[in-house]
Amino acid sequence: MIRVNGLTKDYGARRAIDNLTFDAEQGEIVGFLGPNGAGKTTTMRILTGYMPPTDGTATVAGYDVVEESLEVRRRVGYLPETVPLYNDMTALEYLKFMASLRRIPDTEQRAYESLEAVNLEDRADSFIGTFSKGMRQRVGLAQALIHRPEVLILDEPTIGLDPAQIVEIRNVIREIGKDRTVLLSTHILSEAQQMCDRVLIINKGKIVTEDTPENLQSRLVGSQRVVLRVRGDSDGLNARITKVKGVRTVESKPDGSVEFEFGAGEDARPQVAKAVVQGGYELLEMRPVGMSLEEIFLELTRETSDDIKAS
Amino acid sequence: MRNIWIIAKREFDHYFISPIAYVVAFLILLTTGIIFAINIYYFIQNALQSFGQVPDISPITGAFGFLLVLSIPAVTMRTLADEARMGTLELLLTAPVRDFELVAGKWLGSFLFILTIVAVSLVYPIILNGLVSPGIDQQLVMSSYLGVILVAASFLALGVGISAVFTNQVAAFFVTLMTFVFLWWLIGFPAQVLQGSASEVFRYLDMKTHFYDSMNLGSIKLADLVYFVSLIALGLFTGTTAIETRRWR
Repeated sequence: MIRVNGLTKDYGARRAIDNLTFDAEQGEIVGFLGPNGAGKTTTMRILTGYMPPTDGTATVAGYDVVEESLEVRRRVGYLPETVPLYNDMTALEYLKFMASLRRIPDTEQRAYESLEAVNLEDRADSFIGTFSKGMRQRVGLAQALIHRPEVLILDEPTIGLDPAQIVEIRNVIREIGKDRTVLLSTHILSEAQQMCDRVLIINKGKIVTEDTPENLQSRLVGSQRVVLRVRGDSDGLNARITKVKGVRTVESKPDGSVEFEFGAGEDARPQVAKAVVQGGYELLEMRPVGMSLEEIFLELTRETSDDIKAS
Repeated sequence: MRNIWIIAKREFDHYFISPIAYVVAFLILLTTGIIFAINIYYFIQNALQSFGQVPDISPITGAFGFLLVLSIPAVTMRTLADEARMGTLELLLTAPVRDFELVAGKWLGSFLFILTIVAVSLVYPIILNGLVSPGIDQQLVMSSYLGVILVAASFLALGVGISAVFTNQVAAFFVTLMTFVFLWWLIGFPAQVLQGSASEVFRYLDMKTHFYDSMNLGSIKLADLVYFVSLIALGLFTGTTAIETRRWR
């Protein structure tokens, strides 16, 4: 549904995105993950026909974003990061206006349906100017959904929402994503992890990596670390654990716990537990210390920054 | 065409909640009302001396032309500049709407608003018609009002076009006002100083001659119509180009 090939955009001398290539299929929610200024908004603006690229091509729903811009715009629902709304209109008036620009036959009916989808139907006749940030965000999303687009492009859809609203919006997006293509940008990693089928990590205008959230985590974490705690003294414990097959490092922590590391795919935990108990220690706790997606992300984006500096 | 109408309707509705629009409508109607009252008073006072002279509508429509120079920049300044500032331009530029349709819709909406004010001012010729026997010159009313409408349409197109260039509506206001002052007054001076065909060119570009020296006197000439339609086209073209340029920035 979305095909991007060698997409490049320059703002004067500054290169905002550099030779991006990726695809997104129908029924797939793709997360665009990156720090601020990475080129997420620029890419989305090109895909929605707002601005042309400097180089490269992109097609959305089979239409070229430059040559057949109007066809693309008909098939895309877009929620810009700034959530543009008219404060002097009511939610219903605003949606009817957008619906009429999109040639939807029964604008009023559809505007109500869209408001229902984002749980705002009881505020249909309130002026947008009186809305909270979360409500504005939901009206913006209703606008993006109103023509039941084949492709939905959402720039930071949950920013500024409270936790309950975030869950709500995520459910709405996941529901839509079942039979449509959704491309959403975020800089919140847990969000990408929870919502997306696939994550593209972008930094300084380049795609750093691309995978499912699960694969990303397991691929990038080469080893597994586990924290272990016993009752009383842990003297001599290190020596016992070190002898277990697969264990790479063992380290005593100041709080009395012991942290050990083993290679991915050679789970040493059962053996370590056996060794500890056989040694006469009372095992209280054993829990994995995962490298969070945050850490992976920082690791990856730091690497690309270093690459750029080196070159 | 439908998109132009949808955008025009939204623009037109917006004027009725905008304080600037009410101020503009109030000032235009107040000023023309005062001029009308003075005009009637003058004729009644001098009814015996002014043998054969009947009051006509040209002082009202004449003042209208001048009032448009001052008020239209305030009407058009926000049309596109404010959409850019509020970010709603991104919404319109990613909707299936052509850049020209957006600019033309904005122009049409503002034109319908000014047309409403002009329509309200029709009470003056109607009152005048009742006061004068056997009635006033209908043809003069029609050509003068056509002149006012064409002046308004041209100014509005130029104003919307200039608004598309700016993100700041105050900047749009001043540039629009300067353009109108130039077209309405300044461009006439070279015509008086220069000789021959150069003088003719400037005389043709001078907007007020196309209004005061022809339509407001009761004559409708093709050259005047071409002049106003060209200005409308220029304004809409400027606006469309400015929006297209925004996309490339």
